[in-house]
Amino acid sequence: MSASSSVSAGSVSARAISADLLRIDAARETEKITSRLREIVFNQLKRKGAVVGVSGGIDSTVVAFLCARALGKERVLILLMPEADSSPDSLRLGRAVADALGTRPVLEDISPILKGARCYERRDAAIREVVPEYSAGYKSKIVLPNMVEADRYAIFSVVVESPDGKQKKVRLSLNAYLGIVAATNFKQRTRKMIEYYYADLMQYAVAGTPNRLEYDQGFFVKNGDGAADFKPIAHVYKSQVYQLAEYLGVPQEIRNRPSTTDTYSLEQSQEEFYFSLPLEKMDLCLYGKNNGIAAAEIALAADLDEKEIERAYKMIDSKRAVARYLRAAPALIEEVHGL
Amino acid sequence: MPMSNNFASEIRNFIACNFLYGREQIFGDSDSFLNEGIIDSTGVLQLVSFLEETYGITVEDEELHPDNLDSIKNVTAYLARKLSSEEEGNVAELQTTMQGGNA
Repeated sequence: MSASSSVSAGSVSARAISADLLRIDAARETEKITSRLREIVFNQLKRKGAVVGVSGGIDSTVVAFLCARALGKERVLILLMPEADSSPDSLRLGRAVADALGTRPVLEDISPILKGARCYERRDAAIREVVPEYSAGYKSKIVLPNMVEADRYAIFSVVVESPDGKQKKVRLSLNAYLGIVAATNFKQRTRKMIEYYYADLMQYAVAGTPNRLEYDQGFFVKNGDGAADFKPIAHVYKSQVYQLAEYLGVPQEIRNRPSTTDTYSLEQSQEEFYFSLPLEKMDLCLYGKNNGIAAAEIALAADLDEKEIERAYKMIDSKRAVARYLRAAPALIEEVHGL
Repeated sequence: MPMSNNFASEIRNFIACNFLYGREQIFGDSDSFLNEGIIDSTGVLQLVSFLEETYGITVEDEELHPDNLDSIKNVTAYLARKLSSEEEGNVAELQTTMQGGNA
């Protein structure tokens, strides 16, 4: 049973000061998801198993564990797809997931494909528009300002680190921002291409791994990690994913690992890239907004002031507006009948 | 026509050409670009580039907030303040240079 179905908006005030608002019965939620997964994969999609791209992060790991529990470990293909900017931890932890499940993962280094598509070259050229000295040996990431502590726009800066370890932060121009994002999106789209290669080969379905916060707020690449045949935790808040992880026996190191994007060569947290707040606080804000809870009540639970919660509520709305395009199916001129 | 009216019509024209795509959306000088769904944060970047390139100003990081950029009225007032402070800065710089030259 999910928290959103177990707690009605009207009864929330007495519990609002507690982060327990997002507490779920992990055993029942697991049973609900795995039962639906069997129905979806075998009956609805008529596929023989599931492909899961595992990054060593909490979401893809929980999805892999849920698929193995629902379909049987022999019907789950774990794909590890590192590239030149990936943290070595991602591959190591991805292997640990496969070990914990008792399966053999498939390793596909996607760097050569990305080089062929000139992903790194295009990204570096975009960075040089604002940091002309950016060259071999430099590292980079893009970051957002904190949009909750003051009224600000979601305008990205690039942080670069020279080979001698000196960092500098420069606000991105429109062209540089679009160039960096367009180039790095090759990574998520390439991974999805590989996942569908194996899905075609084995008659499997492809799992998507967004949690509710990511799915709602558009934290995915259109036709990249946003593409999938099923998304088993898209209704589950991030804090609840951790509860499922504990119940499912996900290795402790993965449960303790901070959420990163693993997309840029400098380590980048999800909050500096997208959410502005620590994920557990962002989760509470999204839950509060979805359930019509006043900002003052969520402020107590999240240990923030009311003004900050109001800004977070506004930010949720503006990200939702952008996410509509990301989730939209292709538009047709008129309805096509008989399908 | 006062200069701020020129700014207003230039900015309105820029918004219409770049974000409305021929839609007949009517918006007032005080209407919020974000709330009316006219511009998102990527659009703000485009607006900033336009202001910097057209008026030769530099929009500082700390100036990137809705009070300065979220309506025709806010942008016009910000631009007028910015240009007059840069003009004062230029005069002060010129005076310093001249004093230096006299010494």
